[in-house]
Amino acid sequence: MIVADKKPIEEIIDYVKDHQSILVLGCNECVTVCEAGGKKEVGLLASALRMHFLQQGREVNIGERTLERQCDHEYLEEIRNNVDNYEAVVSLACGVGVQFTAEKYQNLPVYPGVNTLFMGANEMRGVWSERCQGCGQCLLAHSGGICPVSRCAKRILNGPCGGSTAGKCEISKELPCGWQLIIDRLKALGRMDDYEKISPIKNWSTERAGGPRKVVREDLKL
Amino acid sequence: MRLPYQSSIKIIRIPCTGKVDALHIMRSFEKGADGVYLVGCREGDCHFNQGNFRAKARVEHLQKLLDKLGIGGQRLQMYNLSSSDGPMFARYAEEMHQRILEAGPSPVRLALQKVKKRQSAKEQAVGAVL
Repeated sequence: MIVADKKPIEEIIDYVKDHQSILVLGCNECVTVCEAGGKKEVGLLASALRMHFLQQGREVNIGERTLERQCDHEYLEEIRNNVDNYEAVVSLACGVGVQFTAEKYQNLPVYPGVNTLFMGANEMRGVWSERCQGCGQCLLAHSGGICPVSRCAKRILNGPCGGSTAGKCEISKELPCGWQLIIDRLKALGRMDDYEKISPIKNWSTERAGGPRKVVREDLKL
Repeated sequence: MRLPYQSSIKIIRIPCTGKVDALHIMRSFEKGADGVYLVGCREGDCHFNQGNFRAKARVEHLQKLLDKLGIGGQRLQMYNLSSSDGPMFARYAEEMHQRILEAGPSPVRLALQKVKKRQSAKEQAVGAVL
């Protein structure tokens, strides 16, 4: 899922300080699971904003709404009839949702309420870590199911660098060396022969380096 | 024991402090509460193992948020005691009461009172015109 983290309240207050009516718009998908932008976080932010403006002696209308997704036209259409009641939207969706909402409602300022971080997994309650960088050319078949692009700090493709010590990466003693994980996994699978194979130079044009990407599925288009 | 504690304190019974959501606490302050405190079981004694630790983490997180909002994190506290410890319950109630006396009324409550006054003045003005 896409993992996001809440923005500091003072940053959000600074975005919306000049508005008289604000819609706090949540998303029921990834940001709900990582507890950054679901219905509950919408309630918390709306409550915090109300208390802030009350103390300033201002009666600002703060609305709350959480959509099933903010990255789909059909769900964003649900607010079309009442979005005009607001001067601005604080979207607690990931960056995709914020942008899609802004594209859909051109005359309305849309502010981000979270910092979108990465595609990751929920390791344990309250801990999420990166697992995929969306490089557009998946290598997991050859690396024992552990990604050298997202798990190695240098994104190198043919074994660990000289900074790998006792299974940890040189950038942090807390961070496992991605290549150590791959080697351990290949050993466990009895596939160390795969480790000996040299990966060809990766085509990075399928990654972000090739500019904004798009998937078009002719079989699905209407 | 019939131990006295301040009548300004309203008790809301819950099965476990782990049930208290951050939103419940925020809504209390939004409605004008001067302070909120959770009284959970002693650490390590939770019937649900983690309930009072979860409550503690939420309280610590919200204290920072309340500080940032200018309401004051000290208005929110977490206490732990054994369910049969009446004297301690009364002592914590007194401690919290003193804490709130020192902090004064919640700025949100004062703001809400001002809004109400403005609204009733408006209503009276409309009534006078009619």
